[in-house]
Amino acid sequence: MSNNELTRRGLLRTGAVAGAGVALPTIFTASSAAAYTNEPTGGTVTLGFNVPQTGPYADEGNDELLAQQLAVEHLNGEGDGGCLNTFTSKALKGNGILGKKVTFVTGDTQTKSDAARASAKSMIEKDGAIMINGGSSSGVAVAVQGLCQDAGVIFMAGLTHANDTTGKDRKANGFRHFFNAYMSGAALAPVLAKEMGNDRRAYHLTADYNWGWTQEESIVASTEALGWETVNTVKTPLASTDFSSYIAPVLNSGADVLVLNHYGGNMVNSLTNAIQFGLLDKVANGKDFKIVVPLYSELMAAGAGENIKGVLGSMNYNWQLDNEGSRAFVKSFGEKYGKPPSNSAQTCYAQVLLYADACERAGTFNPCGVAEALEGFEFDGLGNGKTLYRAEDHQCFKDVLVVRGAQNPTNAYDTLEIVEITPVEQVMYPPNHPMFGGDEATLGECNPGA
Amino acid sequence: MLGLDKKDTSLLVIVAILTLLAPFILNPFPSGSAMAQFNAGYPDLMQRFVIFGIFAIGFNILFGLTGYLSFGHAAFLGVGSYSAVWMFKLFSYNVIPAIALSVVVAALFSLLIGYISLRRSGIYFSILTLAFAQMSFALAYSVLSNPKFNLTNGETGLQVYADDPQLFHRDSLPDMPHLFGLSMRSTYHLDIGAWSFDFNAGYYLCAVIMMVMFYLAIRIFRSPFGMMLRAVKSNQQRMNYTGLNPRPYTLAAFVISGMYAGLAGGLMAAMDPLAGAERMQWTASGEVVLMTILGGAGTLIGPVLGAGFIKYFENIFSKINDNILHQWFSFLPDGFEDFMVFIVHPFIGKGWHLTLGIMFMLVVIFLPGGLVEGGQRLGNWLRNRGKGAAEAKTKQEPAE
Amino acid sequence: MDAILLQILNGLDKGSAYALIALGLTLIFGTLGVVNFAHGALFMIGAFCAVMLQRLLNLSFQTIDESQKDFLGNPLKVDTPYVEAWFGPETGAAIIDWSVPLAILFAIPIMLLIGYVMERGLIKHFYKRPHADQILVTFGLAIVLQEIIKYFFGANPIQTPEPSALRGSLDIGVMIGFEANAIIYPIWRLVYFAFAAVIIGGVFAFLQFTTFGMVVRAGMADRETVGLLGINIDKRFTIMFGIAAGVAGLAGVMYGPLNPPNYHMGMDFLVLSFVVVVVGGMGSLPGAVAAGFLLGILESFASTTWATTTIPGINQIIIYLVAIIILLTRPRGLMGRKGVMEE
Repeated sequence: MSNNELTRRGLLRTGAVAGAGVALPTIFTASSAAAYTNEPTGGTVTLGFNVPQTGPYADEGNDELLAQQLAVEHLNGEGDGGCLNTFTSKALKGNGILGKKVTFVTGDTQTKSDAARASAKSMIEKDGAIMINGGSSSGVAVAVQGLCQDAGVIFMAGLTHANDTTGKDRKANGFRHFFNAYMSGAALAPVLAKEMGNDRRAYHLTADYNWGWTQEESIVASTEALGWETVNTVKTPLASTDFSSYIAPVLNSGADVLVLNHYGGNMVNSLTNAIQFGLLDKVANGKDFKIVVPLYSELMAAGAGENIKGVLGSMNYNWQLDNEGSRAFVKSFGEKYGKPPSNSAQTCYAQVLLYADACERAGTFNPCGVAEALEGFEFDGLGNGKTLYRAEDHQCFKDVLVVRGAQNPTNAYDTLEIVEITPVEQVMYPPNHPMFGGDEATLGECNPGA
Repeated sequence: MLGLDKKDTSLLVIVAILTLLAPFILNPFPSGSAMAQFNAGYPDLMQRFVIFGIFAIGFNILFGLTGYLSFGHAAFLGVGSYSAVWMFKLFSYNVIPAIALSVVVAALFSLLIGYISLRRSGIYFSILTLAFAQMSFALAYSVLSNPKFNLTNGETGLQVYADDPQLFHRDSLPDMPHLFGLSMRSTYHLDIGAWSFDFNAGYYLCAVIMMVMFYLAIRIFRSPFGMMLRAVKSNQQRMNYTGLNPRPYTLAAFVISGMYAGLAGGLMAAMDPLAGAERMQWTASGEVVLMTILGGAGTLIGPVLGAGFIKYFENIFSKINDNILHQWFSFLPDGFEDFMVFIVHPFIGKGWHLTLGIMFMLVVIFLPGGLVEGGQRLGNWLRNRGKGAAEAKTKQEPAE
Repeated sequence: MDAILLQILNGLDKGSAYALIALGLTLIFGTLGVVNFAHGALFMIGAFCAVMLQRLLNLSFQTIDESQKDFLGNPLKVDTPYVEAWFGPETGAAIIDWSVPLAILFAIPIMLLIGYVMERGLIKHFYKRPHADQILVTFGLAIVLQEIIKYFFGANPIQTPEPSALRGSLDIGVMIGFEANAIIYPIWRLVYFAFAAVIIGGVFAFLQFTTFGMVVRAGMADRETVGLLGINIDKRFTIMFGIAAGVAGLAGVMYGPLNPPNYHMGMDFLVLSFVVVVVGGMGSLPGAVAAGFLLGILESFASTTWATTTIPGINQIIIYLVAIIILLTRPRGLMGRKGVMEE
């Protein structure tokens, strides 16, 4: 970048240099004159990886952590470089970020908003983390995003699928790489029409909390647009471990498709129960009964075992995706850890690289500069194909995968097969879409803290 | 002083000194050193220490004195948080009205639940309180957050939005909880050599409130009312026969401890304006029970110690990862370093639950009176060490 | 009508799990007077006995198949379980297929041993301690047990499928004169109900009709007098602890195929099983069983669309609501004895 105009980014950089000058360590400084929260002053920069390490999503969190560590290695020029070689932006040199070596701290979200905020705060307040990344639930993502906005650091939301994260709860300091419930609906609908026809009758079982509702709303809207009828939508308590009493009435309700708006352990159990009741062997309204699980993950597929055979769903990423970035990432991850990456792993990996790249391009760690560099950024080579970070709501737009439980998996890792790669145009929506807070939703002002 | 005897006064003074100097005491290691991992003197954790300290002190007034084991106290904490956030949403970010409201609402809520639950005793009482709390949790998590009537905002947690009314909010005031303009987040950094210390406004507000609450608890413990509560614990039947009705006393204790919980909830919201439903779950209720027993039920300082112990593990041990282990053991030869990391690995980071579980068992097996007893034994041992061994021997003889 | 029958079936099935766990919990209360917060963990360990056996049976040797590739493009390693190599592919596959019922045999000695060690090594020292201490130590133990399982098996659920012969569902409706698809019920759930009935019946028969059981019952009623008669009641109570652990473990083994086990499942059942025990009445075995089935059936009915539209959210709170109502109308639950755990 070689322009002499007084741009905002330029100003920020000058500010940063000035700030660093003032903040020179003295024996007895009583205040820090940093230009923004946790401005890195030494030779290192600290990233905070906040993932579930205890509770039902611990394995998901562990996968994210592995990917984040891999990303840090690649940023510091260790390992084979992974996606740094395929990334279309060439700002990253493998020498850390802006010449500073990347270090990281980890925390446990416990998949609880309170605990997640506590651990994010400790990373920001104690360890000087300048970016928070990870997580496996929308409640946690929204809570931590709000915290990062107040504290003045960047939040790269991990696995979060509810519309609200970049809908009514969108924040200027937060970015989401994952897709959302609306996109799942938009991507699944044409495939459902093709495979099951236009005159199906759907029965929804929905986890009774915010994410479940937004997903149900999205799927109902897009399937009804196809001509499907919604027979019933039933909310199931979050604490349920056994769904038999919700599954039992389904067959007799006149429905011929069951949609399970569940995630994680809930989904594993409800799908297992549905298979037990023999739903997939039945014929209703003269058609074969079908089950749809709108949001899939590899770990859920592993937990559900044989039961997912033939069941359709959607995903953010799958390691079988065949493009240059994906191949580089799978090779790098697979050689290090002996298994292919999950879609949450890919999300976190891509986010760490993207954040680093944005810092390089902005020339500063100032969250406002970084956010500006990420807004409207288009790139390729991180595994998802062509991708856009939309400026208006900080949602990422890319192709969405529709997948199906494989009939004859050859190993533990190809239990899901890609049915269709839905092009991004089909899942696009305006930033003021009613499901995303309408016209009232705003990002607010970017907050650099300090 | 303040109507306390000498022993209690010195306890109060010690607690006051410890809380006021906590930013120094909890940050004993230079920042940047390998041991800095164990520093706990950052605002969020210090706030948590005192807030959960208040919660546990209140719980102990009920459990430690009357012996009634409530398994639903988290509900009052949750209700307190929700009311505080609603105060922020509707009126202003000033913490005083918010905290006041949370105490009042928690008092009403605990009066209702206590009135019903105290009709039973023993485990029947525990299960009644558990049932009420679990119902509150389930309702807050889903039913009361439906789009038509959104009281709690469900899994995300109740938070303040830009389009909330905030009737008394002015632009000159900070956009987060404040005490007449002093933001709860404002922190004063002090660097002395390699050390750095944080003095946070929110922490000191909590600390002052905790000292007041601790003083109140001492007064309650030493009052005739406190004696009455102990009588309930030791022999309720005898109390009945003497013509005293224990119900009003236990109900009063229940409501007082509910108010403490509500206060803690209000303070949590004041430090961080978000109220999540998990605060009401049975695990949260169980946590305060564990804090109290672990520290030493029925003692004054025990619950605070227990709260600090559990929160320390949750926030410090969960953050130690393999990288840090490798740093620690890097002075060892390579193979040995990996071996040490391998040995320690299951107990830190994602294994912090395991360490906590083991600590629970060790404490309760070897220190029946909780951490307080550990402290007493340590104190006795130190005292005895100075004196002759012969004197120590005489001490072991039965006192009665 | 068919909907009602269906929910009764569901309720019986849910109730079987509740009743089995609560039965063991009450046995421990009743005999040893110990509040065992690790009981849910015993249930979970039972379920993981099935997982363990499945893993053992699937122990494999690897051969490299050059014709196939794995995800990194290296030659695929093909696993062949030893069981299949030893007994021939068909018998071997059948053994693996029946791993859950086989796990019962595997779990009984393990659970009895765990129960015995737990009682002798830990619980024994807590008989005279306050209930609060018992809660703390058993809760700590529960955390330790589940973290150990998590360390070895991960946090993700693991499928332990029922034998393929018992997979699928029965159209019970057709058998009793309803139209097709009106009452469909999975075979394994019926098996689970029958299994629970046998275990519960067995425990009652054991206590009712054997001398050992008679002494234990006498000890539950009046421990000191039985002791004065020169009977070593402690030893018998230790054995009862083992049996209670065994009941919880077997309930877990058979539960695996219904919902895949994860390390956390014990905690999910812990609170519920305490509610069941207390609603049934402390120290009453029939009470625990009755409360288990009652709450199971009510929970099933509360989850019908009819119930949730009448009272929104009723399915979330029904168990607790019923518990409150019962405890307020019947001071000691359904069949509780006076003076047990009341102070």
